[in-house]
Amino acid sequence: MIAHFSQIATVFLMVAGLYVVIARGNLIKKLIGLSLFQTSVYLLYILPGKVLGGTAPILDAGYSVYANPLPHVLILTAIVVGIATLALGLTLVVRIKEAYGTIEEDEIFAKDGPRAKVDPKVSKASVSPLNKTGRGGKSA
Amino acid sequence: MRLDVVLHVTTKFILAPLLLFALYVQFHGDYGPGGGFQAGVIAAAAIILYGLINGLGPAQKIVPVGLLEVLIPGGVLIYLSVGIAGMLLGDNFLDYNHLAHDRVHGQEWGVFLVEIGVFVTVFSTMIAIFYAFAGRRRS
Amino acid sequence: MIATHLPVLLILAPLLGAVLAALSRNGFAAWLIALVASALTATFSLALLWRVQAEGVISYRLGGWAPELGIEYRIDAVNAFIVVLIGIVAFLTMIFARRSVLAPERIAWFYTMMLLCVAGLLGISVTGDAFNAFVFLEISSLSTYTLIALGRDRRALVAAYQYLIVGTIGATFYVIGVGLLYLITGTLNLGLIVERLGAIESSRALIVAEAFIVVGIGLKLALFPLHAWLPNAYAYAPSSAAVLLASTATKVAIYLLARFLFTVFGGHVDVGQVPLGSILIGLSLAAMFIPSAAAVFQNDIKRVLAFSSLGQIGYITLGLALANPTGLTGGLLHLFNHALMKGAAFMAIGAIVLRTGTAKLDELSGIGRTMPWTAGALTVAGLALIGVPGTSGFVSKYYLILGSMEAGLGWLAILIVASSLIAVLYVGRIVEVIWFREPALAAREASEAPGELLLPMLILAGVTIYFGLDAEWPAGLASAAAQALLGVAR
Repeated sequence: MIAHFSQIATVFLMVAGLYVVIARGNLIKKLIGLSLFQTSVYLLYILPGKVLGGTAPILDAGYSVYANPLPHVLILTAIVVGIATLALGLTLVVRIKEAYGTIEEDEIFAKDGPRAKVDPKVSKASVSPLNKTGRGGKSA
Repeated sequence: MRLDVVLHVTTKFILAPLLLFALYVQFHGDYGPGGGFQAGVIAAAAIILYGLINGLGPAQKIVPVGLLEVLIPGGVLIYLSVGIAGMLLGDNFLDYNHLAHDRVHGQEWGVFLVEIGVFVTVFSTMIAIFYAFAGRRRS
Repeated sequence: MIATHLPVLLILAPLLGAVLAALSRNGFAAWLIALVASALTATFSLALLWRVQAEGVISYRLGGWAPELGIEYRIDAVNAFIVVLIGIVAFLTMIFARRSVLAPERIAWFYTMMLLCVAGLLGISVTGDAFNAFVFLEISSLSTYTLIALGRDRRALVAAYQYLIVGTIGATFYVIGVGLLYLITGTLNLGLIVERLGAIESSRALIVAEAFIVVGIGLKLALFPLHAWLPNAYAYAPSSAAVLLASTATKVAIYLLARFLFTVFGGHVDVGQVPLGSILIGLSLAAMFIPSAAAVFQNDIKRVLAFSSLGQIGYITLGLALANPTGLTGGLLHLFNHALMKGAAFMAIGAIVLRTGTAKLDELSGIGRTMPWTAGALTVAGLALIGVPGTSGFVSKYYLILGSMEAGLGWLAILIVASSLIAVLYVGRIVEVIWFREPALAAREASEAPGELLLPMLILAGVTIYFGLDAEWPAGLASAAAQALLGVAR
């Protein structure tokens, strides 16, 4: 249990983030969940990169054991991607707020109302929980 | 906000060290944790802090939006040019071996120049994000 | 010198073009840059195809670092095939994009985003590094979200937001899968992963990795139950962005799926207890019927086409699921043909929207009389969607039917034909309205689309017919690609 603590923390963050994305109707909260979800992946990569007793991977005569630098480099890239996604997502939310006057998902769908039930077939067929986030098919 | 003397004075003291620290992180990237990403964010934080305290207008006087729109693609252009320079010297894209008289120095130069490109783009992108949000009025 | 650097030049052209377009800050200059950059890309992609056909697999080491450490671009028959498709479609789209754009101060950024999207898509196609594929995936996705949000309708914003959420979850799932693969094998290079997976017999982590990767890419390619983001995204995006997305974005995701299913998990298509092949056949069938049926009830032509795309993706994934040379050839050929026909169809809609301001079917009756060429291109594309003999759609469906016969699944062949009948319904509806009804007000006031819109549209429509009559070139490419994919699996 203790030995797997880091994995448990990772998976907890992952599931918590995904849950927030699916379960919350507030667009900002969804983005926070998404961020959390992405963050868990950073942990997934970085934790195994730690070498016990290793130093930072910088060439120096005094040390011979280094942490694996590759996961850090990868995750630096992933963090940048995450920032870009979050910034773009927030920008869209600001624009949505300006256009609709609300950031609650159900209120937005209600405003573009008449079209809300364009294709009952597809929405009924959605079996995956992930589909909740992509409710676009039913709504607009 | 304008009357808040404490904030104003503190900011004045912080700004210069912040920018200096950004440069330190940028150039110390070879020997310790650091590099263009981190330095760009720190430098942008200085401008953003200035914008928070003095308002968007004065901040945009220091770093105008037009300049940002040049800097964002400009940084990528620096990165691409370094890569293409490697190609012109007969190596693969982003191979820095022949940028200087020997391999080690070539790599050092290559990474150094690319990090400058990274710094420029990250710095300007962060400020652009701040401007984009700060420029919107509450509706 | 250019020949050896082709793989990276392919990406550099649109990337450098994007930077210059952003720096130009002038709509027309940006368009010219975009046009030149995409023309170069198309040229490079054809040259690359030619080189791959002559020399076999090409490997390019970025920065001169060998695979374990560095990123390798690896191009074989499969990548070359996809790259040519993207290159050509991107070039035609850029010609088309001259007219159909929006507020003047944003135009330069619009072309920047288009080029970035192309660069990302090409990057996914050429890279031989799993994580690099993720980075390119996000480059193309982020620019796609921006492009969709540029649509005129406010619903474009919501569509972009939803795609952002779903797309990011998909990409993150993919990274989780890649991370697990990295933990198992200690490398991110696809070739090395394949080598090292051989030593690992059914590890649980491998199954999880495969599940994450398939679901993640499935979200990106709008595999049936994960498709809800797609119709809105296509319907509200600006016309030229919709063309680019509809004909390339999902296709590249399908390529990535094929790459992982066959090349990486090649020996293990059914890892552990997961009969992935049968699941994929089931989902493909569902996609062929359910969204196609939904397409029949749409009023907005863009949405009809978007739902039809979902159905057509079903045919392509069916080809992947069959996993025999003929079926896979059919799937890949359909990928190619569908990109061309959907491109033509979305261009036609774009032209109609430009002239009439609407894509609603009931307002467009009789549009064929005032915009005969545009409506003609739409009709040709529609016939190809059905799979009428003489259009490219027929050839690829024919291969698919042969493939299912070969796999001993005769009933699949019947279902393929049956699902094509649904396409008859939605295409028939469009054809009936645009040609045979009395012109409505919108149609009477419209005039034929301008030349720069007609040219790429008619090229795509013409090619759709040409490849229906003489499919040797694309079928040869697709079959070489299928053999390359399956060859590793053996």
